[in-house]
Amino acid sequence: MASMELPGGKGDSMLCYEKKKNALTVRLSGELDHSAATGIRRELDALIDQTGVKRLVFDLKGLEFMDSSGIGLIIGRYKLMNRRGGSVAVCGTDERIDRIFKMAGLYQLVEKLA
Amino acid sequence: MRIINEMRLDFKATPENEAFARLAISGFMLPLDPTMEELADVKTAVSEAVTNAIVHGYAGGEGMVCIKAAYDESGELQIQIIDRGRGIEDVQQARQPFYTTSIDEERSGMGFTVMESFMDDVDVQSAPGAGTAVRMNKRIRLRDDAVPQRA
Repeated sequence: MASMELPGGKGDSMLCYEKKKNALTVRLSGELDHSAATGIRRELDALIDQTGVKRLVFDLKGLEFMDSSGIGLIIGRYKLMNRRGGSVAVCGTDERIDRIFKMAGLYQLVEKLA
Repeated sequence: MRIINEMRLDFKATPENEAFARLAISGFMLPLDPTMEELADVKTAVSEAVTNAIVHGYAGGEGMVCIKAAYDESGELQIQIIDRGRGIEDVQQARQPFYTTSIDEERSGMGFTVMESFMDDVDVQSAPGAGTAVRMNKRIRLRDDAVPQRA
């Protein structure tokens, strides 16, 4: 799996990704807060642009913390992928992340994979 | 109930300090021997309030955020997150799910909803130009063998 440190190393968050055919799987680890989300968003949008994928999958199994910044990050990417005629899915969510996503009705927009 | 421990922390309103604020409140409440879930609830709520102060209160500008916290003998934890930023014109509207004034920051507008969901009680005092104070309470269930030490 390819991986890269985020610029400035802020927020102790890491982003690894893997591209298979038309899908990009992004594995997030560390703490996803507003500070980290800013860097992740930048990296991710560049990756989506470069790869031109139609499917984006967030693997959140490695996250140690997430607040509502995670909702903003995923809904933002959903809008971007939607404009490109693509889709977004999430996997590896724990009970707490599920609870936060359900508050925002996120699963009406993005698919939850087992 | 008698307050047995309290703290006050002032830090610069910069995104790097969001993680610091979570660490600080975690350390402060450790003597209450919270469960992992209680700890995560409080960390998440504090993260939301501190992020609001940085993103909305000061809108990326200079300023300080203050956290005051205390707990009493019964395990009642009180936290205040205070900024001297631009304040909120309509608090009731700001507390509505999905309400956000951030256009390019990709904020979900779920901050207050998350705070309300993870804490027992959330109160917001704010006025335009006068800053915002978010007061949150959570009862940490004390275990029989973990009576907090007197500070």
